Amino acid sequence: MLHSRPMWARKVGPSALTQPQVFHAANLPVVLHQRATRNGSTQCSAAPSSAAAVCESSVQQRPTSVIRKIRESLVSGEKSAVEITEAYLANLREREPHVRSFLHVSEKALQDAQELDKRIAGGEEVGPLAGVPLGVKDNLCTRDMPSTGGSQILRGYCPPFDATAVAKLRSSGAILVGKTNMDEFGMGSSTEGSAYQVTANPWDLSRIPGGSSGGSAAAVAAGQCAGALGSDTGGSIRQPASFCGVVGLKPSYGRVSRFGLMAYASSLDVVGCFGTSVMDAAILLEAVAGADKNDSTCSPQDVPDYTSNLLPIDGLGSRPLAGIKFGIITETVGDGVDEDVLLAVRQAAAHLESLGASVREVAMPNFSLGLPAYYVLATSEASSNLARYDGVRYGPRAHGEEVMSMYGNSRAQGFGPEVKRRILMGTYALSAGYYDAFYKKAQQVRTVIQRDFKNALQEVDLLLSPVAPTAAYKIGEKVNDPLAMYVGDLMTVNVNLAGLPALVVPCGLAKGGTCGLPVGLQMIGPAFGEESLLRLGHIFEQTLPMSFSAPTLVA
Amino acid sequence: MASWRCLGLARGVGASILFREAAALGGLKWKRTGMATATAAGAPRVTSCLHSAASSARREARPAATRVMTKESGGGAVTTTEYEAVIGIETHVQLGTTTKAFCSCPSQYGSEPNANVCPVCMGLPGALPVLNEVVVESGVKLGLALQADIALKSKFDRKQYFYPDLPKGYQISQFDIPIAEKGFIDVDLPVEFGGGHRRFGVTRVHMEEDAGKLIHAGNDRLSGSSSSQVDLNRAGVPLLEVVSEPEMRTGLEAAEYAAELQRMVRYLGISNGNMQEGSMRCDVNISIRPMGREQFGTKVEIKNMNSFSAMQKAIEFEIDRQIALLEEGDKIKQETRLWEEGSQRTISMRSKEGLADYRYFPEPDLPEVILSQEYIDTTRANLPELPDAKRRRYESLGLSMQDTLVLANDVDVAAFFDEVLAKGADVKQAANWIMGDMAAHLKNIKMTITEAKLTPASLAELISLIKDGTISGKIAKEILPELIEKGGSAKEAVESKGLSQISDTATIESMVDKILADNMKQVEAYRGGKTKLQGFFVGQAMKASGGRVNPGLLNKILMAKLNG
Repeated sequence: MLHSRPMWARKVGPSALTQPQVFHAANLPVVLHQRATRNGSTQCSAAPSSAAAVCESSVQQRPTSVIRKIRESLVSGEKSAVEITEAYLANLREREPHVRSFLHVSEKALQDAQELDKRIAGGEEVGPLAGVPLGVKDNLCTRDMPSTGGSQILRGYCPPFDATAVAKLRSSGAILVGKTNMDEFGMGSSTEGSAYQVTANPWDLSRIPGGSSGGSAAAVAAGQCAGALGSDTGGSIRQPASFCGVVGLKPSYGRVSRFGLMAYASSLDVVGCFGTSVMDAAILLEAVAGADKNDSTCSPQDVPDYTSNLLPIDGLGSRPLAGIKFGIITETVGDGVDEDVLLAVRQAAAHLESLGASVREVAMPNFSLGLPAYYVLATSEASSNLARYDGVRYGPRAHGEEVMSMYGNSRAQGFGPEVKRRILMGTYALSAGYYDAFYKKAQQVRTVIQRDFKNALQEVDLLLSPVAPTAAYKIGEKVNDPLAMYVGDLMTVNVNLAGLPALVVPCGLAKGGTCGLPVGLQMIGPAFGEESLLRLGHIFEQTLPMSFSAPTLVA
Repeated sequence: MASWRCLGLARGVGASILFREAAALGGLKWKRTGMATATAAGAPRVTSCLHSAASSARREARPAATRVMTKESGGGAVTTTEYEAVIGIETHVQLGTTTKAFCSCPSQYGSEPNANVCPVCMGLPGALPVLNEVVVESGVKLGLALQADIALKSKFDRKQYFYPDLPKGYQISQFDIPIAEKGFIDVDLPVEFGGGHRRFGVTRVHMEEDAGKLIHAGNDRLSGSSSSQVDLNRAGVPLLEVVSEPEMRTGLEAAEYAAELQRMVRYLGISNGNMQEGSMRCDVNISIRPMGREQFGTKVEIKNMNSFSAMQKAIEFEIDRQIALLEEGDKIKQETRLWEEGSQRTISMRSKEGLADYRYFPEPDLPEVILSQEYIDTTRANLPELPDAKRRRYESLGLSMQDTLVLANDVDVAAFFDEVLAKGADVKQAANWIMGDMAAHLKNIKMTITEAKLTPASLAELISLIKDGTISGKIAKEILPELIEKGGSAKEAVESKGLSQISDTATIESMVDKILADNMKQVEAYRGGKTKLQGFFVGQAMKASGGRVNPGLLNKILMAKLNG
């Protein structure tokens, strides 16, 4: 069983913290009154701070919903959308030279904010994300911004349509501030695979932010935007969330439309979100989830109200998790996992127990089969999905004496080494004579993994595991060792194989950097179980006696 | 099955392209033999006027094949090798759906290049396919019509290859679980080829999307052209691929198989089956083997045949080419060849030495296609009468096989015929009018039967007017063109023009009396033995009555008066 280590030295009960103002109706469309002021509303903390670089971990503050605060200040008339957007853009620009999380910064974010202000002034209803500055991963199509998927082969490509998730953000009133950096087409775990730039981890600029949605995670951690969309094929939301100390949500496969998401591995790809609190992740999921006639793999299941169950912690009593059963996946807390990571996860488990939950280990003996199966399936699908990048219809076209050499040259110049490696692997796995030994076998493994998860989740309510074997590593550390990079995905890929939702919530710090490096706790729920996943994650987050603000950067 | 032993029946039609001189083959002599064929005499009365590629392309009489190789040995003794062709056909049927298979772009033919495109059919990043349910419905209909097994659970797969007309770098198709499997097509061979029934197995029917089109400058192919343009209007248009068993042995059988498939899709209303527009494209696989051998020879694929007659000729050419190669001791190369209509021969397009690896795998963007038995049963119950059933019914009505084949050939003609019968018209009369005068006039004015203003009810009326003696057949022939072009009731046309037949004995008698009185000389001559003058009197009566006098009665009265 678990070592029940003492918790943090300073035990803080739920009532010891002041509860920030929360608007429960914030996710519903409301009529905004012109410049109405609201007495007692707190200062908009979304305004970035440019205070000197210090570790703020001494200031314990419960994570609050930045999105709700923004909305509150907008509804109350305290701030305009333009003011909020300007503040974020200023912060974005100030930090961008250090973090390099954006591939493109919107030129019309302010214009969008102005229009929103006009609508508010006109008494129009605005959506639940009104005025919220958000980042969007560059593999999600945006009609007003280039969308390259982090690849040279789409340099300058401007899609003629918005991804469904992006369109939903816009119709909810969000202000899209830019496109975030990523490993090319989602293939990588560090953003070092981006064709354009490497993003730095705001906690330690010499380290990677994780990937492939590293730009989104770093941007949220650095306060460059209030939240962001990412995508997760094998851990691409959860691992960077863990490395950057933010909340990351990978929804169930089919919960969010993939239309407009540049496909990496279609049967694994999921659009998800980043926020600085579970509440924000829930608000964002609610905005983007739901059926889409343009995506046949998207579920028609109704989208529950994810936020109304995320109650202020004060009213929950001292044992809010009584009767809840958690299971730590044994295979993810064994050899090869960094001590600090193990410690953080065990402390998190102890914390859950202290809230009344039971925590035990759950063995999943086939767990280690997932990684190779994932790399066969993901690369197989990728080899097919990336066939369309041929230089014929869009993207740069290289010269060739005849059509096949034009293809060859365009793809040779357009794709980076990791993408080429995966296309090669996938092509091989699907080739005649190898299909049965690779692709087919991997599908069988996938079925086994799905079954194991299903069985495990019948015994416990949620499964727990670390997100990655280590905290964020140094830029360049693994760039020449693809296998070491792949092993880092061990704890996340199985969740994609099974199509389950998983939430990453910061739970501790590992050694490194100036203020330590964040470690996230992965909580895995049953398919379409986001509602309780978010609720339990929220309770965990709100009761954890520690917060995770990235250290303020110094120029 | 066609016999390959029917030697000695050669009447060599079209032998010029088939016959090879012994000299050219260095001591080997071979010639084609074949059965004579009926042409004009036995040919159907309806030809191209009825808007059917099947009927319009009257295939030249190139008979059931007997290919004989005669090898002269030193002493003058002759040994012969008989060959048998093995033919299988892959047919792509373009479905006549309103929208494409996986997006809502219009799937119509003939728009401006790249007018009917969207992110999905252009293969833009992030776009996803959504299946058009009419495609599944069409697949099920054709599968049922072919008496095939319908898969309750099938799926789509990706077939991967690079070509500029293939936007995604893969074609969404079906690989190991097609929508329908193990069906067959029953064919009635044309009467002029000796008739007979054949059944050809259909291996499978699967759903897939079409690719776009390339337009080349400087050459008619991609390689060697100075530039090529891509038109994606056709990309994503739904197709059903129908794969036959390799059970055909002659060009004729192959063409008849394809013609019957065309009739089926037209009867089902799932495609216009037009070969010229490429709505129905047949790729033919041919190999030859010595008679009696079980093992298949090396197969050659032929493409680019845009009519059934072209298909038949291409196959016959190819069989001869392959026999010649074998007899010369050469090997047949596995390749794809194109039929060149101009030169009436096949030319090599590309060799298929390395078997293409399409790396099929299940399409992850589309869920499985799951059908209920109830859906299949309902679809089956709502199928229209199919060509074979229609032919059997027409035969049972007493129509000749020739008439049956002509009428059932075109779904619109058959529908018209059936409606005329439903209005109570005589079967043979209805058949004759439709296949005869009506077809001829439609052809003259370049109109299809569906465009004709003549309704089946009106034709039935016309036929009954003849039957009850109101008008003569001659009058009916005269008013038919106007009915076809302007429509209206046959009865009204007859009445308004005062064309009804004179059948009143007293009227005819007085008319005859007057004619005889006016032409005493001729009467004398007739009675003197010049009985040929009967025609003269009939002509006078017709002239006097404007052709309306009942010919039977006239004859009777005239004879009585002349001879009496």
